[in-house]
Amino acid sequence: MTPSWETVIGLEVHVQLKTRTKLFCGCVNKYGADPNTLVCPICLGLPGVLPVLNRQAFALAVRAGVALGCDVANLTKFDRKNYYYPDLPKGYQISQYDRPLNRRGRLEIETPSGKKNIGITRIHLEEDAGKLIHPETEGTAGVSFVDLNRAGVPLVEIVSEPDMRSPEEAYAYLTALKEILQYVDVSDCDMEKGSLRCDANVSIRRPGDPKLGVKTEIKNLNSFRAVAKALSYEAARHAQVIESGGKVEQVTLTWDAVAEKTIVLRSKEEAHDYRYFPEPDLVHVQADPAFVAKVREALPERPAARRERYVHELGLPAYDAGVLTGDKELAELFDRLRGEGLAPKIASNWVMKHVLAAMNEKKLHASAFFDKTRRIAEVARKVEAKEVTGQTGGDLFLWILETPESASVDEHVRKQGLAQVSDAGALEAIVKDVIAKSPRIVADIKAGKTTAIQALVGQVMRETKGKANATVARELIEKALH
Amino acid sequence: MIELTAVEIRDGVRAGKLRARDVCEAHLARIKALDPKVHAFLHVDEAGARAAADRVDASPDKGPLAGVPLAVKDNMCQRGVPTTCASKILEGFRPPYDATALLRALAAGAVPLGHTNLDEFAMGSSTENSAYGPSRNPWDLARAPGGSSGGSTAAVAARMAALAFGSDTGGSIRQPAALCGVVGMKPTYGRVSRYGLVAFASSLDQIGPIARTVRDAAVFLGAMSGHDTLDSTSAPVEVPDYEKELEAGVKGLRVGVPKEFFGAGTDPGVRAAIDAALKQLQKLGATLVDISLPHTDYGIAAYYVIAPCEASSNLARYDGVRFGHRAKSFDGLVDMYRKSRTEGFGEEVRRRILLGTFALSSGYYEAYYRKALQVRRLIKNDFDEAWKTVDVIAGPTSPIPAFRIGEKADDPIAMYLCDVLTVTAPLAGIPGVSVPAGFTPGGLPVGLQLLGKEWSEATLLRAGRAYERETEWWRKGPQV
Repeated sequence: MTPSWETVIGLEVHVQLKTRTKLFCGCVNKYGADPNTLVCPICLGLPGVLPVLNRQAFALAVRAGVALGCDVANLTKFDRKNYYYPDLPKGYQISQYDRPLNRRGRLEIETPSGKKNIGITRIHLEEDAGKLIHPETEGTAGVSFVDLNRAGVPLVEIVSEPDMRSPEEAYAYLTALKEILQYVDVSDCDMEKGSLRCDANVSIRRPGDPKLGVKTEIKNLNSFRAVAKALSYEAARHAQVIESGGKVEQVTLTWDAVAEKTIVLRSKEEAHDYRYFPEPDLVHVQADPAFVAKVREALPERPAARRERYVHELGLPAYDAGVLTGDKELAELFDRLRGEGLAPKIASNWVMKHVLAAMNEKKLHASAFFDKTRRIAEVARKVEAKEVTGQTGGDLFLWILETPESASVDEHVRKQGLAQVSDAGALEAIVKDVIAKSPRIVADIKAGKTTAIQALVGQVMRETKGKANATVARELIEKALH
Repeated sequence: MIELTAVEIRDGVRAGKLRARDVCEAHLARIKALDPKVHAFLHVDEAGARAAADRVDASPDKGPLAGVPLAVKDNMCQRGVPTTCASKILEGFRPPYDATALLRALAAGAVPLGHTNLDEFAMGSSTENSAYGPSRNPWDLARAPGGSSGGSTAAVAARMAALAFGSDTGGSIRQPAALCGVVGMKPTYGRVSRYGLVAFASSLDQIGPIARTVRDAAVFLGAMSGHDTLDSTSAPVEVPDYEKELEAGVKGLRVGVPKEFFGAGTDPGVRAAIDAALKQLQKLGATLVDISLPHTDYGIAAYYVIAPCEASSNLARYDGVRFGHRAKSFDGLVDMYRKSRTEGFGEEVRRRILLGTFALSSGYYEAYYRKALQVRRLIKNDFDEAWKTVDVIAGPTSPIPAFRIGEKADDPIAMYLCDVLTVTAPLAGIPGVSVPAGFTPGGLPVGLQLLGKEWSEATLLRAGRAYERETEWWRKGPQV
């Protein structure tokens, strides 16, 4: 974008709620089951059946609103959004039109020029549609199958104000939104599984112009990167259209991720008339202030607040705090280790070094370590007390992962003889042996290259399987060569 | 046996004097003999009826409807039994579930005989809009039984069933009950679960009892009523024993007579019968009070906006994708929708879907739907004002008696005007009952309509019973 244009972006994000069952029936809310196995007369839209609101979904939608600083409506209602599509069993979606559950929220994002608040217009509760499957096997050209497992899954639609000024800000907004919704356990926000979906609205204007330009809406954005890319492309396209004397048409577009360009889906004239009207099968719902207060109280700490607390109250480096709070479970693990009596920096070091490595290598979630924290803390304390070496500590960590909680660290250390060897008498013979076997290194040291001593220490460690106290070993080597 | 009332059958079965199976056979035989002329039924489930009757006979537990033969309007889902709403679009549809009200009646011991004819999707006032042919009025086979529950009221009038389920959206229980000379009640909105009732206009639809006597209607209503967790709009209001005060009379009851219920279009025979009925109530100790319900005339207009709006959305699910009729050949998705729906729906249903779609569309919503909701509020206010001075409101159920089949079929507006006295109760959510009130000089039944405030079903039934006890119109049956 040339600096002579300002990009204006608003996002509509759909997020599936982590409920046990669907929004209006008792079917299980689960991803990945065989097609049409999680359905019943209600979510199939058979004649005569009626929706009944899922309490858990309602509570999670209130929680989303509270977490994003919204005003929660005292009284809210549902409306029908009417349109025909094979994945929409009733021919209408139960949604919320003029009295959404949550209004006027905000989300803080990080930008290169500092923190910025993005306004949230509304967050409302609605049901998801099913999915069309277009088979690619031979002889099925033009055939589509309908899978209604997803039909009726609870969603919240989060509509932002047009407050973002660059694709990077849109990216930051999505990242922050995902982080917060995962943290408060409202949604998995897994774009690959479709539990988070995003439509983007974009327009451009001259800087300082109070009037918004004509916007276009982009759908089918499959990743945060795609959102940023599509917005960059589209803003540039708007600029080109205007600069070449044309006018931007208000259209709905789809993002072609392969060709990396937007394609027109439908024009303004072809836009749906959804014929919203109040859903007569549901009664108005009250979210009384006491209920909202309870939800607010039960709200898990938000990542940004937790990050601040880790830095200011626990004295962690900003880097550590950032990594730990970037994953809710990781932060939870850190807190559990502190609960076992470890100092913050020690607990952080163990998570950052050993836990992250094991998570990466074994493809584990941090929660897999929750029932190991007592023994991990025990090992960490042994290392601090120099009862075992740091290297042995690392080995013990891996041993913990493979043994049940009942396996005693003390006993293992004793039986395997893993205690750190600091006794000069016990190490002297090994030091002598190492010096005798390494004449070239010894020559180097004697020629003044004192850093080579480390190589001999390393050999001592190898000989003792990591159990030697490195400081003692070094002293002994220096003494022997003196 | 076919002359027995539901309560007589129940009491006989309980006392061991009657076998449910014998009662069932008598009614099945009656259906076989008469229904080729009347066409009250779309589907008779002989095997299911016999099995249910045998279960009642075998069970030590004889519920409040033990052994009572019951006809079910074909817009109520019954597990495994064809449920079509008298529409081609649902031809062959067998629901995998039961309507809650039906389930409750069956638990009370009722014996379901089969499904009755109606105007397609309950849209109509004559049962002529059935895709499977009209029902006929047992009092005069050249005439319509009214509608949309015309199959149910004809079945009860012709003694083919002791009780029948109806559903009322704008008068679909009360109007055909009046035209067939039986008792029909539309309960308070939320009194009876709508789960399993195929929706026409959800904010108005209500299931209710059709019976020969007020007592039968009271017992039946008690059996089907009450909160249902499957219907959020069913009210958690306790169900009284409707039989308990049935004989308490009308002494001191203030009966409002709205001048708007006796408009210029009122048939003189209907007028005379209702005047006599009002005098009878007065003689029994009720006080007649002249009142006004000034927005009555706007009821039809509001109703014929609101009901089609909701219908246009409720009927969107019949798209040929998952169940029901799908066109044999089509060119793409939109063409499949268009052809399936055009072939599957009848003219009146299509008319109302178009009306509702138009009235809800952008630019018209405010002028039609919103305005209709405002009128609905004014009508409710009229009633609320009336309850300050009266306990019930009385008048004709229909301004005219049964009309000839075909007489109004080509004039939808004339047909809509038949509902002028019945649409206001559902718009206000209040209960209403139609009780037989004699005959016109031409021998056609007239219905006395009693309306009451929300949850006043017991009062309406008590007033209806007091009138019925003196007149016993119900004892006279049609010669088919």
